[in-house]
Parts: sequence; structure tokens; C-alpha cells
Amino acid sequence: MSLVYAGILSHAPGITGRANLATNTLVRDAFYNCLEDQRKEIEASGAEVLVVVAAEHFANFFMDNMPAYCIGIGEKHHGPVEDAEWLKIPKTSIPGAPDLALRLAKKVMQRVDIAYSEEWKCDHGIMVPLHFLTPNFDMPVVPCNINCQGPPLTPLTRVWRFGEALRQACDEQSEKIAIVGTGGISHWPATPDSGKINEAWDREFLEQLMNQDKQKLLSYSDEDVYDQAGQGGFEIRTLVAAAAAAGGKGDLQFYSAELPIFAVGCTVARFEISS
Amino acid sequence: MSLYQVQKFLYHLNRDEETQQAFSTDKAAVLSRYDFLMEEYEALHSGDIGLLYVLGVNGQILMHYAVFLQVEWFDYLQLMREGVDNHGPVRAGIYAMTAGGEQFAETLVTSEDSD
Repeated sequence: MSLVYAGILSHAPGITGRANLATNTLVRDAFYNCLEDQRKEIEASGAEVLVVVAAEHFANFFMDNMPAYCIGIGEKHHGPVEDAEWLKIPKTSIPGAPDLALRLAKKVMQRVDIAYSEEWKCDHGIMVPLHFLTPNFDMPVVPCNINCQGPPLTPLTRVWRFGEALRQACDEQSEKIAIVGTGGISHWPATPDSGKINEAWDREFLEQLMNQDKQKLLSYSDEDVYDQAGQGGFEIRTLVAAAAAAGGKGDLQFYSAELPIFAVGCTVARFEISS
Repeated sequence: MSLYQVQKFLYHLNRDEETQQAFSTDKAAVLSRYDFLMEEYEALHSGDIGLLYVLGVNGQILMHYAVFLQVEWFDYLQLMREGVDNHGPVRAGIYAMTAGGEQFAETLVTSEDSD
């Protein structure tokens, strides 16, 4: 078994870019502390490579050619694509894991059609998690994106299969691998409703996610998600993929809807890795 | 409405420093490369965040245009609200999706997918 850690975390740009505007500093710092704990857990797991399952925000792709799934197989990744001062993360390069990434891509491809990229550009969806999980940006990263932004979107059933395929691929490698899924739950990012969070919906979804309730997780329709959780809710795909990869029950380590300036319910969780 | 063209221009502007420099120097020349309706052209030329939101530009694209224009976060949110007040609800794109799901492309779940 080469998958040594699986978890999830939030990724909104406000988490770093608007940290100074958070008025609830106790909750903000508790969230940051939990992310630091997650970093330590990944380090303690002995993971050599971090696979990040994230959401495309038009960093790598536009609607002229939008893959449902893409894996970054390059030697280096670059980010953030956004204004560095706005995100408060300096532009940098991140080591890839090209050999491993190619092996993972080839294996995942046996079950799910994916694209691949040797010129990966990281937006806040990956840079914010890396800022906390590998602050020196020195851990090799295999980025994976799911289109959660420009409908039509890949069905949740296939997202689950993607997560399972990723797990199967990891299990056939000799390297120790950590996987994190990073997305929002309910949120309305970059709209006039930015900061709105449907906490009840989030908690119900998270309970299903932690319990590996596959039937309920795959029963969400895009129109219901949009109605109850906003367009940002489409990013549950990244979290569902992580759960499918892990296979075991989850442990919700942090959730708060009390940081609206971050424009997302702030979440950290880990999963048991099924045998 | 050519929302696709509007978003593609902004995508290029957000990601390409040469486009940013060219747009700062000569807006009309850069905008002439795309196929806009007059309302879209004027919104882009004047940096009308509120109207661009109403026209349907995705926030993951629009918020970076606001950064390019040096619009602060809370001002960005307010400009979108004023856009709705002045021009009515969002007309197209992801924010115009209805609870009826008319703009969703739900696909049938096949037996292959449900295993």
C-alpha cells in the first residue's frame, strides 16, 4: 500500500489573500493551526509526493478546450497565476514528480478518460493548500484538476470512479503518496453573494462524506447543488474524489462557517485508508 | 450576446502580461481582435464590472479583471450589486442557471457509471 495519507481542505483565495480582513481571529487562527496539524500528519506519514485533486478556475484551460480531468506530469509547476500580492503568495515554481505522475496517469486512464499537461499552472485552488501543506514549496506535487467551473460537468459517478482509479494507481507504486482533495462546499465565490455559506447543507454533506455514504454522495444533482450550495458547490467533486480514493471513514478535524471573508466554509479532514 | 468572446478576452487579459500591457496602452486595438456586441465592447472599454457581471462573466474571471483595474474586494462586490440594480438580473452564463435546470447538461447515469 503506497497511499499513506488522504484528506481534504478548503482552498479559497481569501484564506491567504484576505487573512488580515478576518475579524474572527480566534476562529481564523484555529483554522490555520488545523492546517498546520494536517501538514504535520502528512509529514509524519512519510509521504514523498503530494497528489492534489483540485478544481479548475481557468488557470490551465478555457472553454475552448476544457477537460473534465487533467493530471500534471511536468517536471515543474508554476504559480500562482493570479496577482501575487492579491493572493499574498509569491510566484514560485513547485517540483513535480514526472515519472510517478506519468505512471499514475497511465493507470488512471484505464478506467477514466483524462487529459495530461506538462505545463501546469497553479491558481489559488492549489497554491493556497500548498502554502499550508508544504510552505517552502519543496515537496514534489502531482496536480489533478476536475472541471467544476464550466458546465457541462463530469457526473459524480465518474468522479467516484476517478478517485478509485487514482487509489488503485497509487497502490501499484513504490513511492509513499499523500492525496488531498481541495474544494469548497457551499459557497458563492466572486459574486455579490460572496461570503454566504449554507452551513446546514455543508454539515449534511460532510457527514455523508465522513461516513463514506456513496449512495447519498452520488445522488446530488447539479441543479440541487446550485440551488442550495451555489456554483461553488460544484467543487464537491474534489472532496468526493478524495473520499473514493481513501475508501475509509473520515475524521472531520475542523469546520467553520464563521469566516465569511474567506468566502467558504473552512474545512479540514482526514480519511482512514481502506485496506 | 457573445459572452464567450467577452470571457475569452478577459481570460487572455488575466493570464497574459503582453495583453495586459497592450490593453493598458491601446484598449481599442486589443478589443478589436474580438467579436463583441456594442454593449459588451463599451463595458470592457470602460471597465464596467457591474454590467460585465450582469452579462454573465464568471466570477473566477471577473474578479481578476477587477484586480487588474485595482478595484478593492469590497468595492468589487458592491459594483456587481449596483450592476444588478442598474441592469437587472444576470442574463447568461453560470449565474443565470435556474432551479428548473434548463441550462444544466445532466447526463443519464449508465450502468457502467454506477458500479
